[in-house]
Formats: sequence, C-alpha cells, structure tokens
Amino acid sequence: MNTDAKPLAIHDLTVAYQDKPVLWDIDLSVPSGVLAAIVGPNGAGKSTLIKATLGLMPIAAGTVQMFGQPYAKARQMVGYVPQRSSVDWDFPTNALDVVLMGTYGQLGWIKRPSKADREWALHCLEQVAMADFAQRQISQLSGGQQQRVFLARALAQRAQLYLMDEPFVGVDAVTERAIISLLQQLRSDGKTVICVHHDLDSAPEYFDWVALLNVRMIAAGPMKTTWTPENISQTYGGRTQNLIRGAA
Amino acid sequence: MNLFDLFSDYTLRNVALGAMVLGIVSGILGCFAVLRRQGLLGDALSHAALPGIAIAYLLTGSKAPIVLLLGAGIAGWVGTLTINRIVRDTRISEDSALGIVLSVFFGVGILLLTYIAKRNDANQAGLDRFLFGQAATLVATDVLTMSILGGLALGCLVLLYKEFKLLAFDPAFAASLGFAPNRLGILLTSLIVVAIVIGLQTVGVVLMAAMLVGPAVAARQWTHRLSVMLLLSGVFGAAAGIAGTMLSLGQQHVPTGPMIILSLTTIVTISLLFAPARGLVWAKLRQSHALDQEPRNREAQPVKGE
Repeated sequence: MNTDAKPLAIHDLTVAYQDKPVLWDIDLSVPSGVLAAIVGPNGAGKSTLIKATLGLMPIAAGTVQMFGQPYAKARQMVGYVPQRSSVDWDFPTNALDVVLMGTYGQLGWIKRPSKADREWALHCLEQVAMADFAQRQISQLSGGQQQRVFLARALAQRAQLYLMDEPFVGVDAVTERAIISLLQQLRSDGKTVICVHHDLDSAPEYFDWVALLNVRMIAAGPMKTTWTPENISQTYGGRTQNLIRGAA
Repeated sequence: MNLFDLFSDYTLRNVALGAMVLGIVSGILGCFAVLRRQGLLGDALSHAALPGIAIAYLLTGSKAPIVLLLGAGIAGWVGTLTINRIVRDTRISEDSALGIVLSVFFGVGILLLTYIAKRNDANQAGLDRFLFGQAATLVATDVLTMSILGGLALGCLVLLYKEFKLLAFDPAFAASLGFAPNRLGILLTSLIVVAIVIGLQTVGVVLMAAMLVGPAVAARQWTHRLSVMLLLSGVFGAAAGIAGTMLSLGQQHVPTGPMIILSLTTIVTISLLFAPARGLVWAKLRQSHALDQEPRNREAQPVKGE
C-alpha cells in the first residue's frame, strides 16, 4: 500500500440529487495527520460529501481516492461515524454489540466475532469512557452516550482515516470534551480525522485544517491561513459576518 | 379435542405441524421485516404471490402444491424486484411502491382466478383456497415440503445473521464496510417470500402478513436482545399455529387460518399491554404514579430526554 499517498484525494467530484447539483466540481486533498473540519451552511452538501466519498451515494462525475486507491480497496483503512439520527436507537441490542459491528468489516462475510474481538470492542468503549454501559440497551443511553458508542464503533474499525458526520450534534458538554480529546488522541497517533462541523465558534478551536464548502469548494487548507473573514463570508453568502468570532 | 388427538389423529397432526412450521419460520424472518420498518412488505409480497398461483395452474394444468407454490414464489420474487426498481428509479416512496405492487398483483390474481373459475373446468375447484388458506388440506408431503423450505431459509439466516443484523440496524454503515445492503436486502426479502410460500396453504395470501408481523411485534415487547427476540418470535408463531389448529378443528369446524391469526392477536395484545418494560399498562401506571408524586418532585426531577 502506498503510504505516501494522501488519506483523501477528491478530484472534480459532482453529485446531483434529482437533476439538482448538490456538490459541484469539488477538488479536495486532505494531508495526513490533521484534524479537519468540513464547514458550510445548511444544504451546502457537507454530509453528501462524506456519503459520496464512501460510495453511499451515486456520483455524477469525478474520482475519490483514499491512500491512493479507490474506496472499495481502501475500506479497511477507513472508519465511518454516521449521523446519530440516521439509525433507530430502539433496535434490540446493547452498546457492546453496536461497537462490535466495527469489527465486521475486517471479519468479512459469515465469520462471527471472536472473544478477542469482544475484548477489543470493550477496550474501544473504555476509550470513550463508556465501558460501564457495555451491556446497556442502546435506547436507554442519552444522546451523548449514543454518540460515544458510535465513536467507539469507528475506533473498533482500526482505521487510519476517520470520516465523521456531525459528531458534536446534540451532545452534552461532557461528551463534547470526551470527543475532542479522543480526536486529538487520534491525531497524535498519526491518524487523519475529517468531521462535518456546523459550529463556526468552535471550529477554529477544535480543528487545525478546514474545508469551507457551499456546493462548491470555497477554500481548503490549514486553519491558520484558510479561516479568514473573506473565505467564511464567501461560504455563507456574506450574511453571517457578525456570527464569526475566532476568524483571523 | 385434546392434546392427545393432536399427535394421534393424522389430519390434525399434519395441520398442527404445518401451522407450527409456518409459525416458526414466519415468526423468525418477520422480525427483520419489522425491525427494518417494512411491516407492509409481507402484505405486498403475499398478495403478489396470488397471480403466480393462477399462472402456474394455467401453464401446467396441475394443482400439485409444489407447482403452485413455485409459481407463488416466483411471483412474490418478481414483486420484490418490482418494488425495488420502483423505489430506486422513480421518486415514488417505498410505502407507495408497496401499495402499488400489492393491489396490482392481487387484482391480476383475482382476475385470473375468476377466468379459471369460468372455464367450466372441473379440475379447477379449490384454487381459491389460497385466498384465506385451508389448512385441513395439508398432507404429510406438504408438511415435509414446508419444513425443508423453512429449514433452508432459516439456515441462510443463521449463516448471515451478523450481516442481516447490521443491515437492519445501520444500512449505511453496512454499505461503508462493503456489505452491499441492496443485495442483502433482496436476499432477506427472498427469504420472506419463502416464508410466505410456506404459509399460503395454511393461512392464505390475505392473512399471511399477520404471521410475519404479529410474532415479531409481540416478541419485541419482552426482550432487548435480537437473538432472544428471534427465538421468542418463533415460539409465539408456533404457539399461535398450534392453538389455532386446536381451536378450529374442535367440535365445530371453523377455518384454521383465521383461528391462527386470532390466537396470534391474543398473544400480541397481551404482549403490548403487559410486557414488563414496554407494556402499555405499566407505562400508564408509572405515568399516573409520577403525576401523584409530581408536586413534591417537580424541583428534584431533572428533565428527561434531550
């Protein structure tokens, strides 16, 4: 495997939903070992970008490569955290079982998780401070706890690149701190993390790399040089000047 | 009519065994339809099976169950693919697609049955038993066929348990791992078609949906674990099958299919009302209890939920 290749390289990507372009001619190249945010207004196509990257949506044009390979060949190196609201939390299962699903990709078809896989899943729950809730039915977890279970499931994937869709939405302060310290831990372990993020205030504090998106890619690069009032205002159509603090 | 008759009387034994096999298979497979919020799917597919029965008869002139059930299975499967294509290629939502397939296929089936009935063909009598089922016509070979088909379907489920669980809980994550949810979904639906084929002789196309949804809904009330839910659902299905058989073949002969469904309804009702954690009665009691306590606790209780 080519380890020099960028964790994520998107070229000329266009995605349309029923004839209406949701993403238009996107170029994005995320370097290794960054904590990256995808920021943009509602309807900018942030979640769509993640889903198209993972092949969960048909793309109209363009190419996506991870570590120099198409996603189908790089799956084992990629972890995914969908939006928490995308599943039914009344499903009859417990937290440990959900985390165990993160090992399914490496197990492949038919093979069942082993005792070692269970221990690994429990270890992943420990990393998000949820080990005490391993046997808890998932509907009895708070929103923040459910989010941490999803993060633990992604950890169980043993990936090099993590794609997370709005991990901070609807979580309590404890969870928010737990998530951010986990993301920093991942970065210091040399992993690359890309999060869809909608909070302009916390973006420059939490992330060191940013992609500003509004159907088109407005700007992308290190937070220091990219998080400028001009870029932000261009992304948000100039309507939210006073919402932006931390901008350089 | 007692439990002993169930094992000694040939007809009764076949009917009871057949109803039990049906209850187990449809109860277990139905869990996945219910968890994927596709309760209507079984209804659409069982109605879709009717024209298959008529066409199989028209083509072969045979009323052998295996021929007719093969026709039913193919028609059900065509129904599955049709629903899938409608959802994928048009802007029509899944429930509308189910409605379309259900009524169009069923309409064609009734039309064909009427046509067959009008041909003055002495041999045709009895095809309409697939509408509401006629369990008393089950013979030993039917029960054997049902058991083999059901065993194959359940074997497939055991093999792909992990994949089906993932598909039911989080299809997008399944897709990201490379477990093609579309193909898995079609496979799961095909297994449900097998369950429907098994049930056509016993409960018929109209009532079959209840055999898929009822046991699963009841079982979900008693457990928080998928594996337990599947087993319990199979047990409830089997119990309803046996109870319905005993009730229908007692002193006065009433139709077996509806009696199975009524037995099942009893199980569902009890489960919905009295299951320990999720029962409506307890929820209501807790609520009124909480209301009694409220003035005292209003400050102390944190607001629940987010």
